[in-house]
Amino acid sequence: MQAAALEKIFVKGNEAVAMAALEAGCRCYFGYPITPQSDIPEYLSRELPRRGGEFIQAESEIGAINMLLGASATGVRAMTSSSGPGISLKQEGISYMAGSELPGVIVDIMRAGPGLGGIDASQADYWQATRGGGHGGYRIIVLAPASVQEMYDLTMMAFDLSDIYRIPAMVLADSVIGQMKESVIPNPRPVTVLPPKEWVVRGREAGEAQNVVKSLYLGDGEMEKFHWKMAARYEELAEKECRWEEVQTADAELIVTAFGSVARIAKTAIAMAREAGMKVGLMRPITLFPFPKKAYAALSERCKLFLDIELSTGQMIDDVRLAIARDAEVAFYGRPPGAGSLPTPEELFEQIRKNYPTHA
Amino acid sequence: MRYDVFFAGYGGQGVLLAGNLLSYAAIHEGKNVSFFPAYGVEKRGGAAMCTIVFADGDTGSPVVGNPSVSVLLNQLSFDKYAAKVKQGGICIVNSSLVDTSAVALPGVEIIMVPMNQIALDMGDVRMVNMVACGAYIEKSGALLKESLEAALKKALPERNHKLIPANVQAMEAGALAARG
Repeated sequence: MQAAALEKIFVKGNEAVAMAALEAGCRCYFGYPITPQSDIPEYLSRELPRRGGEFIQAESEIGAINMLLGASATGVRAMTSSSGPGISLKQEGISYMAGSELPGVIVDIMRAGPGLGGIDASQADYWQATRGGGHGGYRIIVLAPASVQEMYDLTMMAFDLSDIYRIPAMVLADSVIGQMKESVIPNPRPVTVLPPKEWVVRGREAGEAQNVVKSLYLGDGEMEKFHWKMAARYEELAEKECRWEEVQTADAELIVTAFGSVARIAKTAIAMAREAGMKVGLMRPITLFPFPKKAYAALSERCKLFLDIELSTGQMIDDVRLAIARDAEVAFYGRPPGAGSLPTPEELFEQIRKNYPTHA
Repeated sequence: MRYDVFFAGYGGQGVLLAGNLLSYAAIHEGKNVSFFPAYGVEKRGGAAMCTIVFADGDTGSPVVGNPSVSVLLNQLSFDKYAAKVKQGGICIVNSSLVDTSAVALPGVEIIMVPMNQIALDMGDVRMVNMVACGAYIEKSGALLKESLEAALKKALPERNHKLIPANVQAMEAGALAARG
């Protein structure tokens, strides 16, 4: 269990997700193949049965998400994964899980859309993921890894947060992070105190109270009570679970903000800018929901200019605008998905140079 | 120290295996590595490329716009990517398949290695990627030959380990040719 003794492995981002799920004690996986995430079911179809778990290639994504709902209701750790078109199909089930307060991990390795789109990297599922995605008004936990190591670590974290808060958790990455290989330390499952799952459905003994898992609230005032309870839980999440990475923000005159793969590219662009004498920093949200609003607000007290970069025409920028001080501004640079639309560090450096305040 | 190298060719030349190999070698030397592949949907004949970044610390961007070193195994890759090599960088070219005469690359050192010919002379054209790896470590000095030998054991399935000595020879021949 000593981290120092762990040998680095060299794996794809998607494989790291699958390995982390196993390490986190995931017992059931349900999915349907779609590029660029099929390495996850491929890996788990081989490894999960060996460890006494259950792997099912469902008849469709809708089948898979409802199997996840069912498995989760029995208390086991379970996961599904897909990409844009499949994640859209899963939204009904995710809404039912949210309504039933069921944990469960959903992995979205984003590809270009809308519709069938294409298999290139995209960040255009940000709205869908962070606003709930299905009907009825709910939020899910959304974690955005920017490296293969984080694919591993955040997948394990997704299981823990989902169990603690009884909210479905999504790992939101793209085909860059999913398909690239990196050296990874296969960390052991973190020691987290988890609440007992007293709500699970199981055979009951005589005299025991009946557990019912459902998302139907017909009783007088029942539904409203549920919504206010969840609103309070989202507040608690925002209070306790926001995670982000800041790089050289202390003296920054311009703060680049980006998540996932683009944040990685931006990091190198920022290093180039620093070399050129520009005071530039990076703010990378790791939890997209809860969004680290307070951290943005604090940064914008001192630094008044942000540059938001996304592989879309601008989605996270909404949250950045809502979070920062009124007198701070956000510039935007977007590369909507498509073949060859991945920006280079040189290109992002050019954007930094263009937006850098001239008074500084 | 942060190293980056871009490998490109057509599917079947072993571009992705070469990238994997360099990655394992860098891990063997205790480095952090990112390997970013891109390839066509075809199994053979389509474009195949990968970018490898390795560093003692943070690898930063897996995408590199202007590589320090590019290893280009066919004409198409050369025409498309040679001009992207960074000023002061190195462009290692498979001269068996690439005619460089139409392109001038000021500020870039061009190393011509007849990779196909060398691989053929050693008995199998499929070793072209090993010749390329040898040329790369010779010119970049980024990795030790011993690390690549260790990497071969990791990157190749057990049934192919008998081929390791031949592959090491191909690397050595590539290094020798690059030395000029």
